[in-house]
Amino acid sequence: MKKNVSLFTTCIVDVYYPQVGVATLELLESLGCKVDYPKEQTCCGQPAFNSGYFKDSKKSMRNMIKVFEHAEYVVSPSGSCAFMFKEYPHIFDDEPEWKVRAEKLAAKTYELTQFLVNVLGVEDLGAKLVGKGTYHTSCHMTRLLGVKEEPFKLLNKVSNLEMIPLPDADRCCGFGGTFAVKMSDISEQVVDEKAKSIISTGANYLIGADAGCLLNIAGRLQRLGREDIKVLHIAEVLNSK
Amino acid sequence: MSMKFSDAPFKDRLGKGINDTFMRKAVAGAQERLAGRRLLAAETLGNWEQWRELSEEIRQHTINNLDFYLNQLTENIEKLGGHVFFAETKEDATKYIADVVKNKNAKNIVKAKSMVTEEINLNHVLLDMGCDVVESDLGEWILQVDDWEPPSHIVTPALHKNREQIREVFERQGYKGTSQPEEMARFARERLREKFLACEVGITGCNFAIAESGSVTLVTNEGNGRMVTTVPKTQISVMGMERIVPTFADMEVLVGMLTRSAVGQKLTSYISVTTGPKRPDEVDGPEEFHLVVVDNGRSKILKSEFKQVLQCIRCAACLNVCPVYRHVGGHAYGSIYSGPIGAVITPLLGGYKDSKELPYASTLCGACTDACPVKIPLHQLLLKHRRNIVEKEGLAPIAEQLIFKGYGMGFSNTSLYKLGTKFAPSALKMMAIDGKTIHDGIGPLKGWTSSRDLPVPTRERFRDWYEKREKGGNK
Repeated sequence: MKKNVSLFTTCIVDVYYPQVGVATLELLESLGCKVDYPKEQTCCGQPAFNSGYFKDSKKSMRNMIKVFEHAEYVVSPSGSCAFMFKEYPHIFDDEPEWKVRAEKLAAKTYELTQFLVNVLGVEDLGAKLVGKGTYHTSCHMTRLLGVKEEPFKLLNKVSNLEMIPLPDADRCCGFGGTFAVKMSDISEQVVDEKAKSIISTGANYLIGADAGCLLNIAGRLQRLGREDIKVLHIAEVLNSK
Repeated sequence: MSMKFSDAPFKDRLGKGINDTFMRKAVAGAQERLAGRRLLAAETLGNWEQWRELSEEIRQHTINNLDFYLNQLTENIEKLGGHVFFAETKEDATKYIADVVKNKNAKNIVKAKSMVTEEINLNHVLLDMGCDVVESDLGEWILQVDDWEPPSHIVTPALHKNREQIREVFERQGYKGTSQPEEMARFARERLREKFLACEVGITGCNFAIAESGSVTLVTNEGNGRMVTTVPKTQISVMGMERIVPTFADMEVLVGMLTRSAVGQKLTSYISVTTGPKRPDEVDGPEEFHLVVVDNGRSKILKSEFKQVLQCIRCAACLNVCPVYRHVGGHAYGSIYSGPIGAVITPLLGGYKDSKELPYASTLCGACTDACPVKIPLHQLLLKHRRNIVEKEGLAPIAEQLIFKGYGMGFSNTSLYKLGTKFAPSALKMMAIDGKTIHDGIGPLKGWTSSRDLPVPTRERFRDWYEKREKGGNK
C-alpha cells in the first residue's frame, strides 16, 4: 500500500543542506511513497530546549504539532530532530491536551534510515558511489532514538562504496547544538579529535545522518585543510546513482 | 579542601585544562583503559541491562525508604555498641569528628579514601587542630604530598598525573628511585606503614552501609583501607546520607556493579566490612566505632526533581566516557565531584551561582547515561539544571536570553521563520571574505568560527526548491 509521508526536513537542512531534503524526498518517492512537505514547518525546538529555554521552545513545538499531527508518517533526515518529536509527550506532561496530540505525533515519527529499513523493509536502494566511506554515528540517533544498525544495512548495499570502520565511532563529535558556540573551547577539542579519527581512515567520504554533526565535522575538516574529504548525508549517498 | 576548590573563572579553568597536554594524555589513556575494561566486564557478566535494572530498583527502593533504612542501620550499630551521628551540615559533621579526636587526645590520624570527607573539608579542619593526617589510598597520598592537590577523578584521584610527574612529587619526599610503579609503590608503602603503626584514629568513607546488619563496607584494591579499620583503636566512618543498602544481598549486587563499572573488575582485591566495634573475643578492629551520616543538602535533593542522583554509587563510569571530561580534565570543574555526575551534584550541593556553567559543560551526547550502572538519566538532569538556571534563577547571559526570546517568536511563526531564513544568507555573506565561507565570524558565530569554517548557505532553501518544483519549475 502506498505510504503517505510528510517530510520534516529540519531547519538546518532547510537552510544549510537543501540538497539533503531533495535527496530524501526523491528517495522516498522512488520507493513509492507519496511525499508532501508541510510548508508551515519551522524548527523542532531543540536549540532553545537544550539551552534551558523550555517555555520559548514550546512555542515552536506547538507549531510543529499543529503542522504534522494529521500526517500518516512523519520522516526526518535527522535522528536528533526526530528524537525531539519523540520527547514532546514528556515535555507537555503538564498540558494534557497538547500531550495527547504530542503522543500521536511521536508515534508516527521516524528517522529516515529507520523508516527505510523498518517500515518500508528495504536495504538495497540500488545506489552507487565510487570510493571509500566512513560513517559517523550521531549520539542522539544511536543512544536516544536507538537507531544503530539501520544506516550500516543501507550503506553496505551501496555498490562501489567501500566502508571503513571509524575508530572510536561512538564518541561524540562535539556539536551539541548551542554547545558548539557556548562552550566553543571544549567543542574545538572534541571535534578536532573526531576529524583526526576520520582522516586516519583514509576515507574519501565522511557519511552521517544528522546535519548538525555534519556541519560541525565539515567545518573542522575544512579548517584543517581537508576539504578533499567530502562530507555527505546518508540520504545523498543512498540517492546517488 | 571543600567541595568547591577553585575561585578561578570557569573559562580560565577550562583553558588551563585544555592547555595541559600531559594531563590530557593521561586522562585520555585512562579513559580508554577504564571504559574498555568496563565494557568487557559487562559482556563477561552477561545480561548487563537486567543487572542495571535490578541495581536501579535496589537504589530507588532504598532512596524511597531512606528514613526507614537509616533508622534500621542506626539501631543495629547502637545495639553493637557503636555511635551514630546525623550531621545536617558539613560543619556539624566536622565538629563531631573533631570532638571525638579531641576526646581521644589523638594526634595521629590515618584515612581511607573518601569523597564525602573531601566534601566536608575534614582534612583541613583536622590539620588546623594540629593533627597529623595521612591519606592511605595511594592516589590520595600522592595528592597529599603534592601539597594537598584536589582529586581530579572520583575513583582514581591522581588520574591526571603520569608516572614521571608522580616520581617528581615523590622526589620532594626524599625518593631516589625510578618511575617504575612497583618501586614507587614500595616507597609509599614504607612511608605509610610508619603512620599506620602510630595512628590513634582511623577515618574511612563508606561505599555501602548495610541496614540489616549495621555494617559499613569499603571497596579497595590496595588493602590500606583495611589497615585503617583494623589498626587504630578508634574508627570513624563518614557516609553520605544515601550511601546505604537494605541487605547484604543487595550489597552483593551493587558491589559487583560498582567494581565492574569503575575498573572493570569482578570484585576488587578487598571488600572490608566493619560491623560495630570489636567484640571481646576478637583480636583486631576498633574499640570505639562512630558513624557520621552526612546530609549537607541531601534531604533537599531527596525532595527535588533531582532525586535520582541519589542513586549514584560513585563508580565514575560517567567520567570515563565523557567527551568533555576527556579534554578538560577533572580540575576544570572546580569541584571535587567532576565529570557528568559532578556537573549534576555540584550545583545541588553548592548552589547555582558558583557553578552555573557546569550543566552546560556537556554535549548532551548521553554517553554518561548509557554508562551509568544504576541508570541515572544524567544528561536529562543536566537539562533540568539548565532550565532552572534560565527560567528560575535568571542566571543566563542577557544576550542569550534575547536570542532565545527571538527564537521563541520567530520559530513558532512560519512567516517570521521564512523571513529570517531568507535573509540569513545575505547577512552571513557579509562575514565571508570569498562570499562562500566564514572563517572569522562575529557575535554568536565567533565561538563556532574560532575553530571551524562555516559555509554561507545557498540562497535557495529547501522550501524554495520545493515551491518551484510544485509549480513545475524543476524536475
